[in-house]
Amino acid sequence: MSTLILTGPTWYDENGTATTGDVLLRDGAVAEVGSIDAPTDAERIDADGLTLLPGFVDLHTHLREPGREDAETIETGSRAAALGGYTAVCPMPNTDPVADNAGVVEMVAARGREVGLVEVFPVGAVTLGQRGSELAELGAMARSAARVDCFSDDGRPIREARLLRLALEYARAFDAVIADHAEDASLTDGAQMHEGEVSAMLGLAGWPAAAEEMVVARDLLLAELTGGRLHLCHVSTAGAVELVRAARARGVRVTAEAAPHHFTLTDEAARSYDPVFKVNPPLREKGDVEAVRLGLAEGTLDAIATDHAPHAREDKEVEWATAPPGMLGLETALAVTFTELVEPGYLDLLTAVERLTVGPARCRRLSGHGGPVAPGAPANLAVFDPAAVWTVDRARLASRARNTPFHGRQLRGRVVHTLLRGVFTVCDGQATR
Amino acid sequence: MNRHLLSSADLTRDDVRTLLATASEMHEVQHRDVKKLPTLRGRTVINLFFEDSTRTRSSFEIAGKWMSADTINITGKGSSASKGESLRDTVRTIDAMSVDAIVIRHMASGAAHQVSQWVDASVINAGDGTHEHPTQALLDAYTIEQRFGDLDGARVAIVGDLTHSRVFRSNAITLRTLGAHVTLVAPPTLMPSGIGAWAAADGFELTDDLDAVLASGPDAVMMLRVQRERMSGGFFPTAREYTVGFGLTRERLRALTDANPEAVICHPGPMNRGLEISADAADAAQSLVLDQVSAGVAVRMSVLYHLLAGEGVAA
Repeated sequence: MSTLILTGPTWYDENGTATTGDVLLRDGAVAEVGSIDAPTDAERIDADGLTLLPGFVDLHTHLREPGREDAETIETGSRAAALGGYTAVCPMPNTDPVADNAGVVEMVAARGREVGLVEVFPVGAVTLGQRGSELAELGAMARSAARVDCFSDDGRPIREARLLRLALEYARAFDAVIADHAEDASLTDGAQMHEGEVSAMLGLAGWPAAAEEMVVARDLLLAELTGGRLHLCHVSTAGAVELVRAARARGVRVTAEAAPHHFTLTDEAARSYDPVFKVNPPLREKGDVEAVRLGLAEGTLDAIATDHAPHAREDKEVEWATAPPGMLGLETALAVTFTELVEPGYLDLLTAVERLTVGPARCRRLSGHGGPVAPGAPANLAVFDPAAVWTVDRARLASRARNTPFHGRQLRGRVVHTLLRGVFTVCDGQATR
Repeated sequence: MNRHLLSSADLTRDDVRTLLATASEMHEVQHRDVKKLPTLRGRTVINLFFEDSTRTRSSFEIAGKWMSADTINITGKGSSASKGESLRDTVRTIDAMSVDAIVIRHMASGAAHQVSQWVDASVINAGDGTHEHPTQALLDAYTIEQRFGDLDGARVAIVGDLTHSRVFRSNAITLRTLGAHVTLVAPPTLMPSGIGAWAAADGFELTDDLDAVLASGPDAVMMLRVQRERMSGGFFPTAREYTVGFGLTRERLRALTDANPEAVICHPGPMNRGLEISADAADAAQSLVLDQVSAGVAVRMSVLYHLLAGEGVAA
C-alpha cells in the first residue's frame, strides 16, 4: 500500500506537546513521527509551516439524503466535510424517510462508504418517524451494519418525559447515547428568533432562553434517574451551560455540544431580516455567546458540532417567517473556531482541536477518529494553515446549498489537506473527487 | 439619499418635520373641487397588499391618484401568490415592469426590508406583520399636532396589544423622534418581552395601570385594536376582562377629560366598538379618529412626493 511522508508540519502528541518534524504514513496509518527512516519510494508532501491535526469529527450534521437531495446529498455533504477538515460526520435522522430503522441507517452509511470522502456514522431516530410517541427499533439499528450508538429526534424535541426516560433506559442495553434537542414546544410555538430586546423591536415572536433551559434541566434529571447516557445538542444559552456544569459536578453522564454560530453570532444578526440567520435554537444574546465560549474553554461543553443544515436556495429566499431554520457549517467550522475562539484567546489551539476531535469522538464510540497523531493511529488527518486568511464566498462552497451566515466574512485558518485512512480527500484545498 | 420608507427608525427629526410640513400643504388639496396635483404625473405606483385593508390601501391609492400618478392595486389573493409564486418572484415581476414605487403590506415582519433588497423600485412599508407601519405613525403625529400643537414635550399614552402591534412600534419611534414622552400601557401578557432595554434607552414608561395613566392627564391617548383571536385561550381570558381592565370606557373617558380637558383620543382603526374603545369615546369631541383618516391621505401624498419627486428621505 502507499507510503507518504508529510514533511515539516507541527503536531501535538498525547500530552499536548508540540513537535515539528516529519510524519510517515503507511497502509492507512501513522507509522512514524519525528525524525523518520524515509523510504526512497515514498511520496513526499511539503507541509512546512502547517499544523497536522487529527481529522475533525462532527457529531451533528444534516446530509439531507434520503429525501432532500435538492438541498444536499451524502456526496456533496461529505465533500463539504472533507474540505472543512472532517474525517467523520454523524448525520441526523430527520430525512425522508426518517432514519428510524436498520434499512435507512445502513443505506446512509453505505452511501457514505461508497462516496469515500468522510466516514459516515448515522444517528438513528429515537422514536418512529420522530413523532415522539413510540420508540424506534434502537436495537436493530445498533446491531445493523451501521452500528448506530447514538439516537436523536433532532429537529424536534422529545416532548414527553416518559419517552425520553424509556429511551435513556433502553439505550443502556447497547451503551448508546440519546441526544436531545432541548426545546419546550409550547413556549416556542410560532417563535421566529430569540426572545429579547431585538425581537421586541423587530416584531418577531421570540423563543425565550427558558424554553431551552427547562428541557435541559428535565433531561439532566432523567439522565440522573436512569443512569443513561445523555448528549445535549446545540447548547446555546448561559443558563443551559450552567445546568450542564452543575450536573457534571454531580456525576450525571452527560455530554454537550455547541455550534460555531452560537459562539460567534448574536440575535442582532436578525435585524437584517435575512433568513440565513434563522436557526433553531436561535442566535442568542452576547451574554449567552460568552457563556458558550467559556463552556467550551473549560470543557463543560465537550464538543463543537456544526449542526450543518443545508436548505435549498428558494427555501431561504423568502420572508423570515416562512423560512426554515438552519445554517451551513462544515466548511467554515475550523476557521470560525480559530478566528473567534483561539485568536482572541478564549481557548488555546490544543483545546480547540480537542473540541473538534477527541471531545466529539468520546461522546459516541467513533473508533479511529479523534486522534491523537501517534504511531499506530489510523491516518485520519487534517493539515491546516493557521496563517491563511480567506473570505467566505457562499457561491464557492462545495455544499449544494448556500445558506452560510458567514458569507463575506474574513476568517483566519484554512484546511489545506485532509486524509481519510491515509488517502487524500482534500489536497491543496481541493477535494480529490 | 434613501429611496425607501421601511421603518420609522430611518427618519430623523428633520425628516419627520419635512414630511409633516409637506403633508400640511397636501392637505389643502382635499378641500378643492378638483383634487389633482401634477407632481407625480407619469409615475407608476403599485399598491401590493397581501393583507386586507380598507383605510391604508384606499388612502395610498387616493394619495397617488391626487398626485396624478398611475396607481394599481394588487391584492395577495388576486396575485400569483395563490398559485404558489414566492414573494420574491412576485415583486421582481412587478419591478421588471419598471414601476417607480411599490407600496407593500404583508403579514411577515421584515417583508418590506426584504423586498427592498430584491427590487429597484422605491419601497414603502404599508405594514409588515407585527413590525412597523411608518406612514401610520406619521399621520398620527400629524393629526395630534394639528389639534394640539408641537409634540415636543407632549405626553402620549399608547394602550393595548403592544406585542402584536406594528402601529405601536412605529408610533413609539416617531413620537420619541419628535420629543414626546411616551407611556406604554398593556396587560402583562401583551407587553412585549424584552422591551425593557428599549424602554430604558428611549425613556418610555411601562405600566399595566391604565387608570393611573389617565388620572395623570396625558395629552393624547392612542388606543390600539385588540384582535378577538387573542382572547379565548390566548393572551387574555375574556373580552370582558380586557374591557374592564384596559378599555377606554365611558367612565375612563370622563376620568381623562377631568384630568385634562384638552386630551385627545386616537385609534388607528378599525375599531372594535365596545371592546377596546367605547362608542362614547370613539365619537367624543376629543376623538381624532376621522381626522386621522383624512390626514392619512395627505401624509401619504407627502411620502410619495418625497420619495419619487423630491430629495428622498435622508437616513
